Amino acid sequence: MAAVAERVVAGAADTFARRHRLRWYEALPWAAAIAGYFAFPDYLALGAQILATIVFALSVDLVLGYGGIVTLGQAAFFGTGAYTAGLLAAHGFGAPVLGLVIAAAAAALVGLVSGVIVLRTHGLTQLMMTLMVAVMLSAVANKANTITGGADGLQGMVVQPVFGLFRFGLYGNTAYFYCLAVLFLCWLAMRRIVHSPFGRSLTGIRENEARMHAIGSPVFVRRLVAYTISAAMAGISGALVAQTTQFVATDALGFERSGNVLIMLLLGGIGQLYGAFIGVPLYMIAQDRFAAIDPVYWYFWIGLLLVLMVMFARGGVLGIVDRIGALIRRRQ
Amino acid sequence: MSEILSAVVSIAFFGVAFAMVLYLISVGLSVTMGLMGFVNLAHGVFAMFGGYAVTTLMNDYGMPFWASLICAVVIVAAVSVVFERLLYRHLYGGAELDQVLLTIGLVFMSVAAAKYFWGPLAQLFQPPPELRGQINLGFREFPTYRSFLIVCGAVLVIGLWLALDRTRFGAKIRAAVDNLHMAQSVGINTSGLFTLAFALGSGLAALGGGLGAELLPIYPGYATDYLVYFLIVVSVGGLGSIRGPFFAALLLGIADTAFKYLLPEIGSFFIYALTLILLMWRPRGLVGSS
Repeated sequence: MAAVAERVVAGAADTFARRHRLRWYEALPWAAAIAGYFAFPDYLALGAQILATIVFALSVDLVLGYGGIVTLGQAAFFGTGAYTAGLLAAHGFGAPVLGLVIAAAAAALVGLVSGVIVLRTHGLTQLMMTLMVAVMLSAVANKANTITGGADGLQGMVVQPVFGLFRFGLYGNTAYFYCLAVLFLCWLAMRRIVHSPFGRSLTGIRENEARMHAIGSPVFVRRLVAYTISAAMAGISGALVAQTTQFVATDALGFERSGNVLIMLLLGGIGQLYGAFIGVPLYMIAQDRFAAIDPVYWYFWIGLLLVLMVMFARGGVLGIVDRIGALIRRRQ
Repeated sequence: MSEILSAVVSIAFFGVAFAMVLYLISVGLSVTMGLMGFVNLAHGVFAMFGGYAVTTLMNDYGMPFWASLICAVVIVAAVSVVFERLLYRHLYGGAELDQVLLTIGLVFMSVAAAKYFWGPLAQLFQPPPELRGQINLGFREFPTYRSFLIVCGAVLVIGLWLALDRTRFGAKIRAAVDNLHMAQSVGINTSGLFTLAFALGSGLAALGGGLGAELLPIYPGYATDYLVYFLIVVSVGGLGSIRGPFFAALLLGIADTAFKYLLPEIGSFFIYALTLILLMWRPRGLVGSS
């Protein structure tokens, strides 16, 4: 009996241990990013924006997909990061990596402070509070237009070469690889977090809060930590966009940014780590193609897509892949 | 001294008129959220199309103000039933995130649709001749249309409250908000009740959108730009409550008018901060139940 039990435990432990191991398909996004560099040399600027936005979507996936916190205000942290990096660069501190670090810290601080307030509530109230934080910051950025430039954008950003070596040129080579490198680091961190005991307990809180309370998990603190990390990551994304486009305006804090990133994540698949890598490129490439033809009605089609996905394909692209995979396995 | 008094009276007057519009639009949202637990971010869409219906019927078809208001309410309520049956119904009791995403999708579609049919500019709204100009209330003059809004709003509010307190329909709604399963087990047809309540809420939103076209101009960004206001009214008021949102609307209407008058540029910041503080103090809203 004991031997059987031991074997079962060992089997379970093995399954759990294997869950963290790298799979072959996890190399795909990176292979695609490198291939994209050689295949579309004229679209590197768009490519850099896509890579930076994936970081943003990852940050949302952490709070929403793993933490189960529905947020309409993630742009607050994106905008904080963007303005921090932008203001630093506009006032002579244009070293990009330093800018990223400070932007992440500033966004994390905003995340921590607002998280203490927001995470005490639930449901609509929580949703409202996340939204309120974003619109408050947006109102401040608008009001302080002598500092931020308001809707016209921040003037005079000078971003220095990365590590003093690689200039941000006209063709976007540096921007592309800079964003790719930062995304890679964020992905490593994200992967590590969601597979850690901390990440598991976060998922536990999402699935059943009362039970996690009952087994003694510090629910509020766990959520707050996740919220703060997510804010820092969103801040990094904002800083990346600000540094690579050398521009920040108040739309960095807008409701549309918070809404769009939810759509991108839904498109790829929420709470699956790789949803961001599928949804963001799909959305942004489609936007680049279709919005060029028909900018006004782009939102109609994206809205329709959203409605159809919620009704029929809630798992996004990854959900569809999973379903096809399950179908094939059943056949066998 | 009299100047300060005059400013206070003006702020109170305009604030209350604004509050009436906000309440009419938002009360339906409170009912849908309280009754069905549905986070409907697309509620403003019904108000917007109400406003478009009123202005189009008046400007292009020469219909009288009153008739176009009634038409707008009927059209929007009827269309909302279609939406409720086709889309909303499937997500009752579902994940909050799905509801949020579905209704954001509807908002995005509404922005593009409004632009397609009516163009990007705000609609022209002219009150009927009998409601233009100023009215003398004894101690000073007030704009007639705003005074009409206050009276009209007050009559509707009292009517709505009486209907919910005294009619069978109102009793059923209150029962379903308090305890859905118990309401079902005593034989209330909650499915039909949901549809009716949804239609009523959307119709009221259309009425608010039409009546308030002067205060909240009708343009394609309506449903996104004023969403924050409607959500503040509902969340501060308390979900499922009919009276709560009224006080929240009064508070928001007067505070918004006061801040716009006293601190024109940073006023919205204080509104949001006030909302945040109120929600920290009472997470379930002013009149919210647990």
